Amino acid sequence: MTTAVDVADLVKRYPKSRHNAVDGLSFRVRCGEIFGLLGPNGAGKTTTVGVLTTRIVPTSGKVEIGGVDVGRDPVAAKTKVAVVPQRVNLDRSLNARQNLLFHATYHGVGRSARHALADELLDRMGLAGKARARVDDLSGGQSQRLMIARALIHRPEVLFLDEPSTGLDPQARLFLHDRIEDLRSEGITVVLTTHDMDEAEKLSDRVGIVDHGRMLTVDTPSELIRSLPGSGTMDVTIRTNGLTPEAAGGTLAEIPGVQRVERIGRPSGEGGAAETRLRLYVAGETTELLGPVAARLHERTVTVTDLALGSATLEDVFIDLTGRDMR
Amino acid sequence: MSTTTTSLRAFTAVLGRDVFVTGRELPSFLAQVLVQPVALLFVFGKVLGQLGYTQPGYAQILLPGMIALNAFLVALQNTSFPLVLDFSYSREIEDRLLAPLPISWVAVEKMLFGALRGLFAALLMFPIGLLMLGRVSWDLSGLPFAVLCMVLGSLAGGTVGLTVGAAVPPRRINIMFAVILAPLIFTGASQFPWAQLHDLRWFQIVCAFNPLTYVSEGMRGALLPEVPHMAPWVCVLALLLACLIFGAAGIKFFLRRALD
Repeated sequence: MTTAVDVADLVKRYPKSRHNAVDGLSFRVRCGEIFGLLGPNGAGKTTTVGVLTTRIVPTSGKVEIGGVDVGRDPVAAKTKVAVVPQRVNLDRSLNARQNLLFHATYHGVGRSARHALADELLDRMGLAGKARARVDDLSGGQSQRLMIARALIHRPEVLFLDEPSTGLDPQARLFLHDRIEDLRSEGITVVLTTHDMDEAEKLSDRVGIVDHGRMLTVDTPSELIRSLPGSGTMDVTIRTNGLTPEAAGGTLAEIPGVQRVERIGRPSGEGGAAETRLRLYVAGETTELLGPVAARLHERTVTVTDLALGSATLEDVFIDLTGRDMR
Repeated sequence: MSTTTTSLRAFTAVLGRDVFVTGRELPSFLAQVLVQPVALLFVFGKVLGQLGYTQPGYAQILLPGMIALNAFLVALQNTSFPLVLDFSYSREIEDRLLAPLPISWVAVEKMLFGALRGLFAALLMFPIGLLMLGRVSWDLSGLPFAVLCMVLGSLAGGTVGLTVGAAVPPRRINIMFAVILAPLIFTGASQFPWAQLHDLRWFQIVCAFNPLTYVSEGMRGALLPEVPHMAPWVCVLALLLACLIFGAAGIKFFLRRALD
């Protein structure tokens, strides 16, 4: 499979800064995949995307887009990339459709092609009724979609989406996610930077987690989650029938494979009918522990009223790798 | 397609966008470029003359200066102000910076477009001046050189505008008027012939640092040869130098703002 984005030993140190914003970062994005670039604030994501889109000059290292060395030939690189920034940077002197047309003209899209593409993209982004609207009159979601349409009109090979769903309502977010899925089927490579772990898990073929300017790990979301120790959970709701919740928890913690037991929520119900919820963190396959857990509770005459299996999320992986401290 | 062809095409398209937007905003553009010089010309050339406070013929000296002022200053303002805004809150320029052309070409385009606006504003002053003053006694054989000065003056204004626009931080834009524009307006020999300043030697020296002086002097010398003026070759040389120095500085500052 060919490589769309190749970052090798990238270093960026801003003037007057005491440490590297990007510190020897390397990763590859395959053609046609959706790649999620995750990391806490200040991890170096924006700087990396800035270098990839020719706006930031790296201190050292090599960056290629579709085989073009970005540092050596930024003009050729710019024909291959498109950027949808977090902040609206649409041309306020032009209306929605003109924003697309002029952008296409900068990129040398022929007259009839750009008119057809502009109409098609406005339609696809749900903006057909807004073609003549002034940019200032568009809502946040509409501006966002117009920026995506603008990015797509010159048929880029790689699309960079920076925090695309920040500030969008759930409907707009879903619409956006569907459009991003469409790009996959069209073979456009997408590099997505986001803090939204659900979004990254849902959309990305692979994610890379960056912190302190270095790549901590790159893999598919499911593989990353599987690799997390104690990644499975089992929530057990029990009626202890005389046994203290602590004793019930203690007896479950003795089962091989259970790493940790945590009491969640408050006890509910009255007197002897009081229900306790316990969460078991499991190292291996959670399903394999269903039998032992049920048997152990049965031995102690504890009534099980509910049993639910859960798995870790990408957020757990993220926190595990980057820590709980705020930046 | 070669990189140069791609870049040239993008350059034309970016310039085309600016021309298109100007066309749509023509009334506000005309107000912006005409109110100030017309008011100056009216008060100094007409009102003071009729009240007898200025010598007859002063209006004749003033008109070429006002045309020069418009060429230089409109070019300067139309390059610098949009740039300050672009680099601060609107970030609109990002789309141009990501277009397939070198970043320095975007700077050149901004400057060239400002200069075109300046040239247009200067040309507009011809009919307005004629209408307002009623009669001008110009040496028409000097017209081609006057036009050359206008073109060079607009370009110099554009380069100074690029330097100022890329160097001034957005929060300082309000003092830009006080410390940059006002001194440029009044030390540019547009309201007085520079060559006659020998009794105010220090002021003459100050004016020599303002590129506008060479536009005013060049135009006045071409259209009113009988008025004492600077040698034409000095004007051309000084303006070329100004374009070179401020052009280079402007592109350098622009690159610093556009690239991290």
